[in-house]
Amino acid sequence: MPARDVIITGIGIVTSLGEGIDAQVNALSRAQPLRDIATFAPYTIHPSAAVNLDLQIPKKSDQRQMEQWQRMGTYAAGAALEDAGIKGNAELLAKMNLIVSCGGGERDYATDGSILTGMRSAANPEVYLNERLMSDIRPTLFLAQLSNLLAGNISIVHGVIGGSRTFMGEEQSGVDAIRIAEARIRSGQNDIFMVGGAVNAERADLILNYEMGGAIWRDADVPVLKRNGGGFVPGSASVFLIFERRAHAEARGAKIYAKLNPVQAEQSRRKAGDVERVLTTMFEGIGPVETVISGNAGFGSASTEEAEVIKRAYPGAQVKLSGEMIGHSVEAQFAFGVALAAGSIAAGHLNGPAVVTSVGHHRGEGAVKVEAA
Amino acid sequence: MSRTMDKLGRPVVAVTGTGVVTSLGIGKQDNWAALTAGKSGIHRITRFPIEGLRTTIAGTVDTIKIAEPYCAPNLSHELARLAASEAVEQSGVGSKANFPGALFMAVPPVEVEWTQRAAMAKVGGNGELTYKEILKGAATGQFRAFHDLFLFGTVADRIAEEFGTRGSPISLSTACSSGATAIQLGVEAIRRGETSVALCIGTDGSVHAEALIRFSLLSALSTQNEVPEAASKPFSKTRDGFVMGEGAGAIVLEDYDHAKARGATIIGILAGCGEMGDGFHRTRSSPDGKPVIAALRAAIDDAGLKPDQISTINAHGTSTPENDKMEAMGCQAVFGDKVPPTTSNKSMVGHTLTAAGAVEAVFSLLSIKHGRIPPTINYHTPDPAIPLDIVGNVARDVAVTSVISNSFGFGGQNTCLVMTAEPQ
Repeated sequence: MPARDVIITGIGIVTSLGEGIDAQVNALSRAQPLRDIATFAPYTIHPSAAVNLDLQIPKKSDQRQMEQWQRMGTYAAGAALEDAGIKGNAELLAKMNLIVSCGGGERDYATDGSILTGMRSAANPEVYLNERLMSDIRPTLFLAQLSNLLAGNISIVHGVIGGSRTFMGEEQSGVDAIRIAEARIRSGQNDIFMVGGAVNAERADLILNYEMGGAIWRDADVPVLKRNGGGFVPGSASVFLIFERRAHAEARGAKIYAKLNPVQAEQSRRKAGDVERVLTTMFEGIGPVETVISGNAGFGSASTEEAEVIKRAYPGAQVKLSGEMIGHSVEAQFAFGVALAAGSIAAGHLNGPAVVTSVGHHRGEGAVKVEAA
Repeated sequence: MSRTMDKLGRPVVAVTGTGVVTSLGIGKQDNWAALTAGKSGIHRITRFPIEGLRTTIAGTVDTIKIAEPYCAPNLSHELARLAASEAVEQSGVGSKANFPGALFMAVPPVEVEWTQRAAMAKVGGNGELTYKEILKGAATGQFRAFHDLFLFGTVADRIAEEFGTRGSPISLSTACSSGATAIQLGVEAIRRGETSVALCIGTDGSVHAEALIRFSLLSALSTQNEVPEAASKPFSKTRDGFVMGEGAGAIVLEDYDHAKARGATIIGILAGCGEMGDGFHRTRSSPDGKPVIAALRAAIDDAGLKPDQISTINAHGTSTPENDKMEAMGCQAVFGDKVPPTTSNKSMVGHTLTAAGAVEAVFSLLSIKHGRIPPTINYHTPDPAIPLDIVGNVARDVAVTSVISNSFGFGGQNTCLVMTAEPQ
């Protein structure tokens, strides 16, 4: 077995299905994600399972410096390190590289609402805005909103300091994070990576980002492919994976989940037929698989095109739509699919290799084969 | 033909095109003339009212046209487009809208801004406004254009389409070291043999009221508003914070043999990259300077050089009390008593944040070409705690064969780049 194979040795994960990889794998056959139809009515979201943050973020002062998406991400990152048996291993953490895929936020909703209300009657709305922002924003809120501060918090709380990059760009940032990490390990540029993302769907500003584009679907009971491209139900997910060069993992006696192959990634112009063409080429490169874990966002014609290509390329395969398990977790959806594939293979639920796909709701296409190591 | 490899046996990464936009102007020529003359681009803010603000100055780029009203993604896109056009044209690689390589792009994190939030709320309801009303407005479908505008991947996607770059473009942030990280990703991709050419960009056009107030509330900004051009004073005893700036830097990286084979002019070599995370604090560096020292050493090692082979330091030099002290300490630890002449471009263009690493890499390459180090202006009261050879106030003419450019970000992301002249 090639020593430079990239293998998965740790998974930290929290979704509406629960905490830990077993909770996700067990849901493959009977997914019953939490749902919340009240808080953001008329919108439905899949909220994260509750966790004891103290287990992975012991200092309350650290927890206070973060917003929920950062807390959950930092929690899952700690769980991934623990799962890989390297939590607190300063020597390894000092050379571990980190790639996070995420968005940003979250807003101070009460302040935003109050300012918008006041701006209506203000003599000079822009001056009023200055005054209110200067007096009403909590100074450290900025740090809880900044995209790269999830990575920053992971460095601070868990000591992952070998290098740190944050990719943005919705679903495709999740694809590219895994693509770059895999390529760097395979080419010998690094031995060990932590890769993943965190999305908190329990946010009005997150719903807003996609509702502006008409991409939010309100009824979680309708299967993804029966929505006529009407969009997705947002879901919270925090997923971090540890990738290692095989020789590196074996030398330290690590538990091995699965092997990760090179990630295919494209960004088509999304003209009619583009998604079909791009995925067809990717699947030809990947070859036969027994399972497809599709990140189909259920939005627009891309959703239909993806489903059709899968049917055609993999007629006998079992197809699971991750959006029907946890909702759509944008930046974390691809990592969720990879984690689910790896966990299922390790647990013996899947025999042959699986392909994980990502077709972003607005742009970006990706696929990767995960197989037994 | 045998491959040209570096000392560590990897393909050599050349620079074949650069482009830059800052508050000093559009393009290398205007920027270099102003920069070496010690001219500041910092001025009073006119983009939005300054009443009630503690800081009223910035290095905004106000001279280029974008769609009204101002919003960060549109300006960041236009800045990037201008810088990339200059870089790609100089490189001569590919053809119009057909750049034969990957795109790595540092972009400011975007979000819906107040103008758009207010517009949606207006449609959504009267009386007390909450996110319910904003969502109601959005649900009317009248604001579809905002969706694309405020996606994190949009600025890079537009550049990818306009320049015809290949594959999946990367939008990234490592806070104030983002521009350097974009270049580092390009270097790594070429070394892996994944691409022969890469377009690396850092852009930032995000000076709006809330962005400024956020930094202001963290006490990160200078409040020396009276004379805007004198406020940014890296390494001076009287420095009190950074000044926000806008701009973009673009670099075309190319496999050296690929560039030579097509007869391209080699501007320089992107010889080494080093990074190190800092787990100490969200906004402050480790007091022992270890991460900064490790990043500097890693970049110099990666370039296959020794510290005494570095001609000059293009400092992060933000003009905050903390950064400049820490950076100086780090440089002293690495270079001993022979710290090369050091300068900070931020004294003139301010801190261009997401763009800074790329903008300053372009300036570093110009230093190599012209044998001239731009000054650190406003250096009238040296900080006795920073005993470095700061290139104060007046440009210095010296042979520059190699530059190390430093970028350190909030969240502990430290990235250093080493650029050298083409080996003779």
